[in-house]
Amino acid sequence: MWAFIHKLGSPKWFYAISERLMPWFWVAAVALILIGGVWGLAFAPADYQQGNSFRIIYVHVPAAFLAQSIFVAMAAAGFVFMVWKIKLADMAAAVMAPLGAGMTFVALFSGAVWGVPTWGTWWQWDARLTSMLILFFLYVGVIALRGAFASRDSASRAASVLAMVGVINIPIIKYSVEWWYTLHQPATFSVTSRPAMPMEMWLPLLLMVLGFYSFFIAVTLMRTRSEILRRESSKRWVRELVGEGP
Amino acid sequence: MAFESVSAFLAMGGHAPYVWTAYGATAALLLGVGWHARAERRRVIRELRRRARRERRQVESTRVSTDEGHAR
Repeated sequence: MWAFIHKLGSPKWFYAISERLMPWFWVAAVALILIGGVWGLAFAPADYQQGNSFRIIYVHVPAAFLAQSIFVAMAAAGFVFMVWKIKLADMAAAVMAPLGAGMTFVALFSGAVWGVPTWGTWWQWDARLTSMLILFFLYVGVIALRGAFASRDSASRAASVLAMVGVINIPIIKYSVEWWYTLHQPATFSVTSRPAMPMEMWLPLLLMVLGFYSFFIAVTLMRTRSEILRRESSKRWVRELVGEGP
Repeated sequence: MAFESVSAFLAMGGHAPYVWTAYGATAALLLGVGWHARAERRRVIRELRRRARRERRQVESTRVSTDEGHAR
């Protein structure tokens, strides 16, 4: 078990294995997002109350899922880096932050756009919206911290600590719609429980959520590989790998 | 198909500005992130190759100069 974890933490081994895995995630991401997107936009029935503006759910919910999942993944990677000093975990955490910030922004933006026809307002300082905005600032803080230190190790440790502390915000986001009286409705989508919407509305949403997760994995693998080349550029295997080309 | 025509699809039952803005922003993020990841990888590899070439040239030039030293 420990041997396996240390092998997994070896950049060289990860670089080789990710090369084989990555194409599958790209294919899954493109296929699922295209099918789910077209299905949700053109084939799913309109909502009887919201009409066609409800179709925003197919980008809003996956983005909001990812925004939170990426933060948890980033905090977990930060924990692994802090406890076991595995550099690969820090590289992964570093490349996850901007994508997480982007997803949070899109979740907030698509929510605001959706709020105009549905709630009559694009913003409300309610618990769900405010805690998502805090998540966005946490991402920005993690990214800024990484750039604020001359030494990489200090920057990595500071970013890891902020991610690990900031993860407390995730359950707050999740339960905000239950703990407080919010304008935002409670969750309508769950992978585990019976869907609260008709199948022909729920299936495209499932495809979109899976597609967004595949996209996240594909991008993280690809960018971690670039980060490995950058940070391990003086290692012999990287020199040999890159030296092969012209 | 939930719509009767292409124009009905584009109009989104009067919700076109909201639906297309939300989808447009999401598509822009996904495409931008994907494009950036690809460009970053190419940039890193190009940079490493340039460095490898530079180092190879340096090694060769020092070898040439020491050879000249021996000949003299």
